[in-house]
Order: sequence, then structure tokens, then C-alpha cells
Amino acid sequence: MSSRREMLRVLLGAPFVSLLACDETPAPRVPDGELLGPDLAFGHRLREPLPREAWNDAPTRRISVAIVGGGPAGLSAGWRLARRGVRDVELVELEPELGGTSRSGRSELTRYPWGAHYLPLPPASYADLRGLLMEMGAYRSGAPAEEVLVREPEERVFFRGHWYPGLYPFAGASADDLAQLERFERLVEAYVGSFTSPFVRCARDHLALDRESAASFLDRHGFTSARLRWLAEYATRDDYGLGLADTSAWAFLFYWASRASDDEDVRDGAPVLTWPEGNGAIVDHLAGVIGDRFRTRALATHVFEDPTGVHVLLLRADGTRERLLADHAILALPRFVAARIAPELSLSRESFDYGAWAVANVFLRERPDERGFPPAWDNVLYDSPSLGYVTATHQRGRDLGPSVWTWYLPFTDADPDEGRARLFSAEHGDLAEACVRDLRRAHPNVDACIERIDVWRWGHAMVQPRVGFLRGGARFDAPFVHGTIRLAHSDLSGLALFEEAFFHGARAADDVWNELVGNPRDESAIAPPRAESPT
Amino acid sequence: MAEPIAPSDTVNDVGNDAASGTPNAPTSASLSPGATTLLFVTVLVIATSGLVYELLAGTVASYVLGDSVTQFSTTIGTYLFAMGIGSWLSRFVKGDVARRFLEVELAAALVGGGSAPLLFLGFARAEAFEVLLYSLIVVIGTLVGLEIPLLMRILKERLAFEELVSKVLTFDYIGALFGSVLFALLFVPVFGLNRTSLFFGILNAGVAVVGTFALRPLLDRGTVIRTRVIAGGIAALLIVGFVRADELTTWTEQDLYDDPIVFATQSSYQRIVVTRHDARTSLFLNGNLQFSSVDEHRYHEALVHPAMSAAARRERVLILGGGDGLALREVFKHGEVREVTLVDLDPAMTETAARLFADLADHALEDPRLTLVNDDALVWLDERAEDAAPFDVVIVDFPDPNHFGLGKLYTSRFYRLARRALADDGAMVVQSTSPLFARRSYWCIETTMRQAGLHTAPYHATVPSFGAWGFVLARESRFEPPTELASALDGRLRFLTNDVLPSLFVFPADMQRVEVEPNRLNDQTLVRYYEAETRELER
Ligand SMILES: Cc1cc2nc3c(=O)[nH]c(=O)nc-3n(C[C@H](O)[C@H](O)[C@H](O)COP(=O)(O)OP(=O)(O)OC[C@H]3O[C@@H](n4cnc5c(N)ncnc54)[C@H](O)[C@@H]3O)c2cc1C
Repeated sequence: MSSRREMLRVLLGAPFVSLLACDETPAPRVPDGELLGPDLAFGHRLREPLPREAWNDAPTRRISVAIVGGGPAGLSAGWRLARRGVRDVELVELEPELGGTSRSGRSELTRYPWGAHYLPLPPASYADLRGLLMEMGAYRSGAPAEEVLVREPEERVFFRGHWYPGLYPFAGASADDLAQLERFERLVEAYVGSFTSPFVRCARDHLALDRESAASFLDRHGFTSARLRWLAEYATRDDYGLGLADTSAWAFLFYWASRASDDEDVRDGAPVLTWPEGNGAIVDHLAGVIGDRFRTRALATHVFEDPTGVHVLLLRADGTRERLLADHAILALPRFVAARIAPELSLSRESFDYGAWAVANVFLRERPDERGFPPAWDNVLYDSPSLGYVTATHQRGRDLGPSVWTWYLPFTDADPDEGRARLFSAEHGDLAEACVRDLRRAHPNVDACIERIDVWRWGHAMVQPRVGFLRGGARFDAPFVHGTIRLAHSDLSGLALFEEAFFHGARAADDVWNELVGNPRDESAIAPPRAESPT
Repeated sequence: MAEPIAPSDTVNDVGNDAASGTPNAPTSASLSPGATTLLFVTVLVIATSGLVYELLAGTVASYVLGDSVTQFSTTIGTYLFAMGIGSWLSRFVKGDVARRFLEVELAAALVGGGSAPLLFLGFARAEAFEVLLYSLIVVIGTLVGLEIPLLMRILKERLAFEELVSKVLTFDYIGALFGSVLFALLFVPVFGLNRTSLFFGILNAGVAVVGTFALRPLLDRGTVIRTRVIAGGIAALLIVGFVRADELTTWTEQDLYDDPIVFATQSSYQRIVVTRHDARTSLFLNGNLQFSSVDEHRYHEALVHPAMSAAARRERVLILGGGDGLALREVFKHGEVREVTLVDLDPAMTETAARLFADLADHALEDPRLTLVNDDALVWLDERAEDAAPFDVVIVDFPDPNHFGLGKLYTSRFYRLARRALADDGAMVVQSTSPLFARRSYWCIETTMRQAGLHTAPYHATVPSFGAWGFVLARESRFEPPTELASALDGRLRFLTNDVLPSLFVFPADMQRVEVEPNRLNDQTLVRYYEAETRELER
């Protein structure tokens, strides 16, 4: 028992354990479930890779374009090429399933996310991404489709024993709290014109902000209200897995200002799109367009160019080896992998830190008791190390009876390796218990309602925009073309967002296509597709 | 939950006091360590009961006033505010803090302990229930708000300031946790609301008695005796109430209804109550009247027959909601009907109807042409195969949209899905609340249906139990409202005739269209209109 307590302290931080530990009633049994995560053993084969020569007598397939990595960036590249009519493409992914950190799961009742769960409506200027949404039927007749806009109530916060509407806990807020909130909104408004999505289209006039932390930015502007700072930190934890003290103030403002749409107020931001399986729905759509031109359980261990083309050396889960010899390759991989398997590119790893996350899917037989504002899609616990839970059945309108809740716990350590170590020292039982204890604060009888909890450990969940991540602005212009190898991954922006993954994937695909058809290279980020315009 | 003495308030309160040295405050230096410990236990009890009173007020309010969205938040908000008043008032207690503390305790025992029964009784009798509700909340909140600051002042010279704050807050938080956990897990399920309230009143009285011992050195003899006697009296009263709470409960719930309750059950979804007096049977869901057998024929004839008469065919009918079986009875009056699918969320509703309304419904729920589905209508429509055979008539009969869970059944998304299930030459009807009492809500529903691509013909009928009631008839393409009832009905209806039918589509000036925003899943304007309008009505 005491070691379990110790583990919880490690996971949740001491103050929470002591707060939670006072219900030392006979601890209910920790629910069963599976411990899931990327295939570490397979992935770790990159650490001591076989020499390139080991592929000398492996079968070779000659193709036009090889895409390495089947997350949103690689899938967007494959989708774009398919839409352009480029057929001789092959996408390889080491996991048994596509989707990367936007993967999802499925139960008899509903689908549910394992990672990314929403997409803010991209601004009108991001026509490419709006085009994809139109193609999916998620945007039609000039507006997002009703069934993908988060159903009201969108969010609520558990504060002092009750659920309240919205994210900001208004109950009992002092006049000063409210004044600061308003001042904060006005301050963000002043930045709205400079920030947009995707990242590369942001104005370059606030680079100085990247040299300080979000915490120092808030201090400097006299934001002392505990509630406001909680909300601010909730935002950085939610989107970046970072605390205020570590987040670049530039990235902090990006979060608020890039999502402020013209007709909504800043705190509400752009309308949010979601699906029961989260961004897994977009993954499925992209994969559907790509069709069967992909293979899973295939680890790319070496990527290099020689006069015959780009070589992608693959190791299959069954130990067999294969060589793809392509005219072009798109590396849609996180930087820590890309730098390792393509050493000739000399990719820098500076400012590519990755945070660890745990995600739990809680399968409920029925809804537990609670008090206050009715259930929302996003259910946030004030003053919790977790981010609360999203309800997979909310969007479809199933408000009663069984459900699946997806609970998120970011490890926001100042040193990301420490967070990772803590994550991997935790077993299923530890994480499930941390989850239940957290939920119990708002739902005292939740134990009785839980059927099972599956837990996913993301060791390298997302790249983190820490102070200085823009590298003096160099990040905006970092080259993504290295001969016939193109880089495409949300890491390039330093922001783990679908919008960024899509941007880089589509841009890399366009660059390949331009070369294939002999167009001049399009230096401006991304051109709307000419072949098949999605409208 | 913590008492709302935000830690910073406490600091100021005590800090100021200490600074001014409040000369005539009794010192607690004379308290024994045992007494101090006892006082901390007191904090625990106080915190628990304080939280429980708060939860009770919120629960009773949402229970008797309907589960509206703001009900809970406003009662809680008022309560927190009143506690703030209490904390602030505590600074005006100059002398005799210990005696004042006991007095506050006695008052909390009486008012807090009696609060739930008082609210139930008041709801049926008082003209202005809200006045009673909020007065009680303010009084209890103020008393609870006074407790901790007073106690801290009593203790402040015994302990170092930091230790005092930390200890008191710790017990306060633990008490709050006890309160919230026990309330949901133990008290409400086992004791019910009335007994919970009475139980904590008895505890408060107990605290007063314990206080006379723990604070003995700070009290004069008279106070000790008086307090014990009054506490005993209050406790006796509350104990009697506690023992006879069952009678109290039926009595109080019965008071909400004019007619005797013949059946009441709490399903997973709602409270179902059936009352009967002579030949009059009435159904209430969460306290809202659904029908009264005296005039339900008006409602159900007006709901069903215009749509049945407007549709090109009447073979396949879909009813969404309407688990009482009465709309179904009307549907079966059309001989052509071959299959009916009825989708109602709550199995308890259809079971209750099968048992209690079988005669009233002409045994419609037993008809072999019926397929009964217990599911959420939105989910059912969404998951229904897109190419499944369409229905000739769709009848939508849900309770009024007083929360998001019901509001979603009136959204453009819902009507789009319903359209998908409707034959091109079919007809659909939606019960749409009162265009007189909830005018914006009514037109919001109509606007939303048009937004979803339907062509509409709004109409209304008078149902005395409800007042002027509204419906919206809709079809896939432009149409004129029906002028004749389907021939099968000749002479079989009590309310509708061919003469009356066209008049239903004429709207008097005070019910005519108003400009409103449509109701969408992501922006449920209707729930807000409806809530605002019912609130105006209650005034
Ligand atoms: C818990 C969590 C919540 C999130 N929530 C959101 C959200 O709500 N909204 C949002 O926009 N974003 C969210 N994100 C971030 C989101 O996941 C990213 O936006 C997106 O998935 C990044 O896509 P990507 O293609 O750039 O990278 P990835 O998703 O990382 O994809 C990289 C792919 O490459 C594969 N791969 C790696 N190495 C190799 C190799 N050697 N050979 C073959 N394949 C390889 C990986 O298996 C993976 O499939 C969240 C992330 C996490 C972890």
C-alpha cells in the first residue's frame, strides 16, 4: 500500500495525494484494463540498428514516392498526392495502425480517442485545411457541419465541489479577478492580427516574446489572479504539456491569439470541431483516400540518397528486411527519429524536447453522480494535475447510460526526461488508480460505475514549445527540402497540432508533385491544389 | 468543498482582530488541550453540515422547480454569497464570542435542520416559493459563514496563527469532503432529503451542547443552562421529525399535487408520478404535467391527426417520445396503419403506461403492429441505416426543452435526421410548447425546422390543463395546411372536426411569429429562451 501511495505521489504530486488520501476508506479495487502504448521494443531497434549492408540481399521495390510515418503529416502527404493523381506512392508506418498520436480506439458502444481529440476551425485564410474539411462533409454551405461542432455544453469546470459552466471558475471570483480576466482578453486581442494558423504564416514581429516564459509574461503584465493563472496554465498544459514557467510566451500567445475568430470573444476562440474518436476521424478519412498504398508494422531504419535514388530500408515486425528505392521520400517523422535514421541530413535536435503523457480511457457502465452544471464534452477539474476528461458519447448525443471517458495526464516536468522516467515507472494499476482518484473528487461514486480502464503511455507524446523554441526566428525558415528527401512533421513548427502536421504533409507533397510535373518550386508555403480544387 | 472563507479573508479577519486587540474578547488561554481538540472536531461537524445544507438547498430547488440549468448554480451562488456575508458579519461580534458561537449553532440547528421539510411544505403552500427558498438559503448561508470565523477567534490565542489557520482549514476541508461524499453516497440514497436535513440539524444541536462543555471557562452559568435546554428542545423536535419522516415525505410530495398520488417511481431518467381523482388521471414527469385525462384528447387529437391527414399515405408511422401510448391510440384510429415504431428513452415510462393507462390508451401499447424501442431518439435516428424504409408520418412528442439533454431533440441536426426518416410525400409534426406563454421558444422550434429544410405550417389548440398549446406541421416541400381530416376519422373524434381544423392554423396577434435564432447542437438557443420564458411566467 505504501508503495502505491508513493507512486501516486510521484504521479500526481504530493499536495494532491494528501488531499485525496483523506478518504482512506477501504480502497476500492483498482479497475482492470490494459496497458497500451507504441511498440517500444520494436521502435527501440533503432537504437542499435543493423548496418546498411544487412539489406544488401533484401528485396528491393522501386517506387516514385516513399512516405515514412503514418501520422497526420504522412497521411496528409499521401492524401495530397492521391488527390493530385500520383499513384506510385507507398507509406510506411511502424505501428500496427495508422494515425500516430491522433490514433483512436473502438468499443462496442463508441469510438474514442487515444490522443488528439479536437481541431479548432481553421481560419478562412487556411483554405487548404478547410478544403479537407469540406471533403469530409465537416464543412458545408459556408459553415462547419452541426454534427461536428462541439455540442453544447462544450465545457465545464469542477470547482469547490460543483460543476460550473465554461472553463473559467466564475463562482466567487472577486472584482479584481474579473478585471484581470477582462484585461487579459483585451491584451490578447491586441495580438490577434499577428498570430494565425498555420504557424509559418504568423507575423515575425513578436520574436522577443520567445525569450521569456509565459509565467514571466503574465508577471510583467501584472496578472496575479490565481484563477486567471490557472486558466492560462490549463491552456499550456492542454496544448503543449507544459507549465507556464517553461512555455515560450510566444507559444502561449499563439494559443490564444491564433484561435480568436473575428466574431467570437477571445476566451471562446474559434469554434471547435470534434468527433467521438477525436482526430481519429480525420485520420480515417485521409487513410481512406490513400487506399491500400500503405504498409504497417514496417520500421524505417535508414534513409539515405545515392545516385540511384532515395533508399528507405525497412525492418518488418517478423524480422524480414526490405528496401524501397524511391525517386522521392517524405520523412513524416518526429525529429528525434528522423535525425537518427537519416544521419546524412545532419538534422539538429536543438529545441526538440518531447513531453510524456498518460491517457486513460474509462469505460463506464453508467454515469456516476455529480453536482451542478450538467455534463459537457470537456470536463475539467480545477486544481488537478490532470486535464480532466472528454466524453466520447457526448457528440452523438448519448447523454445517459454507458459511456467512455478519455482522461488526460500530461507530465509537465521542467526536465522532460524526468517526466518520461516517471511515466514508465508507472504500471497500469498506478495510472488507473491516479485516474480514479482524480475522478472521484467530482464523482464520489465513480468506482461503482467503472467497468474497465485502459491506459496508454505516450513517452514522446508531443514536441514542446519551450522558451527559445523559435531559435531567434530560424524555426520559421528551417529548410524542409534536402535533395530528394522532404521533411514533414508537426515537429517542424515546434507545435504538436493537427493544423501543423497537415500543413507540412501537404507542403512536402506539393513540392514533390511540382518536381514530378516539372513546375517551378513554390517557395511560398503552400499553394491551393490546382488539379482538384476541393470546392 | 471548503467553507467560503477564502483563506485570505480569514487571514484578514483574524489579523485585524489581533491587531486591534479586541479588548473584551474572552481569551481562550484558559481552554484545556482536550477542549481544543474537541473544538476541532466541532469544526469537522460544522463543515460537514454546512456543506450538506448547501447541497440540500440546491437539490431541493432543482427537484421541485424542475431540473433547469441555472437552478443549481444560482442557489449555490447565493449560498456562497451569504456565507461571505456571515464571515464579514463576524467582525461585528465584539464581546462574548463563545456565547454568540453557541447561539449561531442553535440557530443553524433549527433553520438548517428544518430546511428540507420546510422547503417541501413551502413549495405546495407558499405563493412565492422563491422568496422562501432564497430567504432560507441566505439565513443558513449567513449562519454557516459565521461559524468558522467565530470559532477561529475563540481558538486564536491558543495556537500560533499559522497552525490555527492550517488546522482549521484542514478540518474544514476534510469536513467538506465528508459532506460531499456522504451526501451522495449515504444520506440521499439511504435517508432521503428530509431525514438528511433533520439529521444534520440534530448534529448542530449536539455541537452546541458539546460547546457548553468545551467552552465552559468562557461562559457564565446562565448561558450554559439556557443553551443546553434550548438545544434539547430543538433536538427533540428534529428527532420527532426524523422518526416520522416517511409520513412527512409522502405528505410533502403529495402536497405538490392536487390529486392523490397513486403511483410514483424514480427511473434512471426521471421522476414519474401518476395522480388520480375520480375519473381524472394525470401524469407528471419531474413535476411537470404531461397530460390530464380530462382533456388529453384535445392534445393528442391535435398532435396526431393534422399530420396523419396531410400525409399522402399512413401505413408506416414513427413516434418519437410519447411513451404514454396516447398518441399511439390516435394513430391506430387510422385503419391503413400497418406498422408503428415508437422510440421512447425510458423503459419505466412505457411500463408504467402499459400498467396504468392501458384503458385510457385503448390498449394501444399491446397492438402487434407496434415496435417499441427504448433509446435516445437522436442517437436512434443517427444510427438508423440511411436507406431504411422511410416513414409516412413522423410524430415528435418530447417534454419541453428545459435542459440540454432535451434541447438537443429540438435542434436543426435532429430535424435533418428526422427528415431523412420521412418519406418525400410524408408529414411530420412536433409538439412545440405554448406559443402564448413561451412565444420565443415556440417560434424558435418552428424557425429551426425551416432551417433544417422543412416547409412548415404552425398551428395551435387549446388544452385547458396546459393553456394555448402549439404544434408545427412540416413536410418536405411547400404545402397548404390540410382542410379535411382523413376520412377514416368520421365522427370518431371528440375535439377535432373539419370545421375546427382550418381555425387551428390561424394565430391571434399575441401568438404571432417573433424573430428568433434557430436552435443548434452547438448553440442551444431554445434552452435559454425556454428558461427565460418560464422564469418570466413564474413571476
Ligand atoms: C495525448 C495527446 C493529445 C493531443 N491532443 C491534440 C488535439 O486535441 N489536437 C491536436 O491538433 N493535436 C493534439 N495532439 C497532437 C497531435 O497528436 C498531433 O497534432 C499530430 O498527431 C501530429 O501528427 P504528425 O504526423 O506530425 O506526428 P505523429 O502523430 O507523431 O506521427 C508520426 C508517425 O510516424 C511513425 N514513425 C515513427 N518512427 C517511425 C519509423 N522509424 N518508421 C516508420 N514509422 C515511424 C509513428 O509511429 C507515427 O505514426 C495530441 C497529442 C497527444 C499525445
